[in-house]
Amino acid sequence: MGDTLKIVVLVKHVPDAQFDRHIGPDRTLERSESILSELDEYALEAALQLSEARGGEKAGNQVIALTMGASDAANALKKALQIGASSAVHVTDDALAGSDAWATSLVLAAAVRAVGDVDLVLTGMASTDGETSLVPAQLAERLGFPQLTFASSLDVAGRTVVIRRDGGTTSDTVEADLPAVVSVTDQINEPRYPNFKGILAAKKKKIATFSLADLGVDPGQVGSAGSLTHVEQAEPRPARVAGTIITDEGDAGVKLVDFLAAQKLV
Amino acid sequence: MTATLVYLDAVPAEGLRRPQLELLAAGRALGPISAAVGAQPSDAVVRELGEQGVDAVYTPGETDLSGFLVAPQAAWLAAVAAVAQPGAVILDNSLECKEIAGRLGVRLDAGVITDVVALEADGTAHKSVLAGSYEVRAKATSPVAVFTVKPGAADAAPASAAGSPSVQTVAVPEDAFARAGRITERTDRPRTGRPELTEATIVVAGGRGTDGDFGPVEELADALGAAVGASRAATDAGWISHDLQVGQTGKTVSPQLYISAGISGAIQQKAGMQTAKVIVAVNSDPESPIFEIADFGVVGDLFKVLPQATEEIKRRRA
Ligand SMILES: Cc1cc2nc3c(=O)[nH]c(=O)nc-3n(C[C@H](O)[C@H](O)[C@H](O)COP(=O)(O)OP(=O)(O)OC[C@H]3O[C@@H](n4cnc5c(N)ncnc54)[C@H](O)[C@@H]3O)c2cc1C
Ligand SMILES: Nc1ncnc2c1ncn2[C@@H]1O[C@H](COP(=O)(O)O)[C@@H](O)[C@H]1O
Repeated sequence: MGDTLKIVVLVKHVPDAQFDRHIGPDRTLERSESILSELDEYALEAALQLSEARGGEKAGNQVIALTMGASDAANALKKALQIGASSAVHVTDDALAGSDAWATSLVLAAAVRAVGDVDLVLTGMASTDGETSLVPAQLAERLGFPQLTFASSLDVAGRTVVIRRDGGTTSDTVEADLPAVVSVTDQINEPRYPNFKGILAAKKKKIATFSLADLGVDPGQVGSAGSLTHVEQAEPRPARVAGTIITDEGDAGVKLVDFLAAQKLV
Repeated sequence: MTATLVYLDAVPAEGLRRPQLELLAAGRALGPISAAVGAQPSDAVVRELGEQGVDAVYTPGETDLSGFLVAPQAAWLAAVAAVAQPGAVILDNSLECKEIAGRLGVRLDAGVITDVVALEADGTAHKSVLAGSYEVRAKATSPVAVFTVKPGAADAAPASAAGSPSVQTVAVPEDAFARAGRITERTDRPRTGRPELTEATIVVAGGRGTDGDFGPVEELADALGAAVGASRAATDAGWISHDLQVGQTGKTVSPQLYISAGISGAIQQKAGMQTAKVIVAVNSDPESPIFEIADFGVVGDLFKVLPQATEEIKRRRA
């Protein structure tokens, strides 16, 4: 099935969007109740499928989960190992708190270089907390890799990677040479759940931990201090309150138009 | 006053589109503007850019950037920035432009702020985060700031003083194509004639409750001059094109009016529409969470309520 692949999957530990999320007085996100970002599960699944199609770990393929985050971000890596990643890398350092995409991509690029000989970096389409989709593009720029982003399908043949990308007005097929950064959408696959065997196997798998010093990154370039964007103020948007709810008695369509007219919307 | 470079990926020969005029207006709020146009503009467009207050227009000359995914565009824009020396760069908020902005930010060591809904003269950007639940004000701390700005952030209008801009070619750096994604096949989406989803002032959206029949949704949309949107359940089922999906993994919209029909209102759907000014919901289940955020809700069958509303609108117009 062709050459083996060494794939790094970027997974982020993010506050669970099913609960109310809060920005604290220091204008950073409160990170309790965090999980592996659900959009990154699609990237992990895509990596596992590419690996399995080439004979999996036994044949020499590697799927390495990588996260940058506080100590409990290791939980995202544990989950990735349970789902099927072969090993994991955790970049953690007190200086990292408050990093924006510019700083995050700087650190992740150093980590990808430290892993070495990577064929593919797979990411989610957006983090469910930062929601900028900047990290994949900035990482590609820093690594000098081509970026193939928002992939709704993904194939690797030889040293060429091909994706389908559904943009605003067009649908494109895009290809590039490896190594490359690829971000995937939630259209690409159905992520698997960890099974009992996977959970047991994960206990034997390694998480390598790197500090900024290990990666040779200057702490002055990261965290709130090194980031190039600064949040000056964050205010909760007033919660929407339910308005008038009516039950259709045969004339609700007319009443709906009455409402629109009263609001000067028609 | 911050000299601002506005990036326009391509300008139709017949003239600037409204969102492009809004982008230029957002730039003028910061200071004098120049424009980087990714494809050779017509003379008429250059004149129009002059009316918008643009004092210099930069183009990549004969080089065609359209066959590549964002890396060459970012490399070229960095080259333009080296000539124009802006303190701010403004792009639109499309997928491509956000990514060009990201790469440009790395090249220029510039802070990048995406999804901007308003921009103040001092470079303070307003945006909403956490699926529309917080409003933040953010600033770039770097000498150059990069913003991607959403439709509607500024009012399209001509500049107070028109100019006649110089047109300059800035060459695309030689190495820009070496490690870029190559577009090998491109299919245009069929045009519906309806407004663009992210630019529309009214959106009518349908979900699983349509059971595959978007007719009533489309007819109400057309009576209102609205765009059509959908939930992921509807796009996943293949009932309607994926690019009309609203939500966390679809488009984010903030129209004046969002009419939701046969959509339960899951958190991922709300993420894309809860900043709409007015929300109207039609759903047969009174327990549906969409009613918690609706300004006006109808518990009823969309196949009865929507056609009646459409008829009523037409009747009042007649
Ligand atoms: C990673 C991830 C990303 C996601 N991203 C998105 C996203 O971007 N956008 C999105 O929308 N969803 C997204 N989802 C899916 C989301 O969780 C919901 O499953 C989805 O929004 C449900 O769509 P729906 O409301 O149309 O369907 P349902 O939840 O099945 O609701 C259908 C509604 O129609 C009503 N109904 C049925 N018949 C009628 C009738 N005749 N008249 C009136 N009402 C009727 C029912 O009462 C019900 O409330 C995402 C999920 C995940 C896991
Ligand atoms: N701190 C992080 N650690 C690991 N991966 C990340 C991190 N931040 C962002 N990513 C990856 O980049 C993607 C896009 O994130 P963002 O640019 O923040 O929207 C995510 O889906 C992740 O795959």
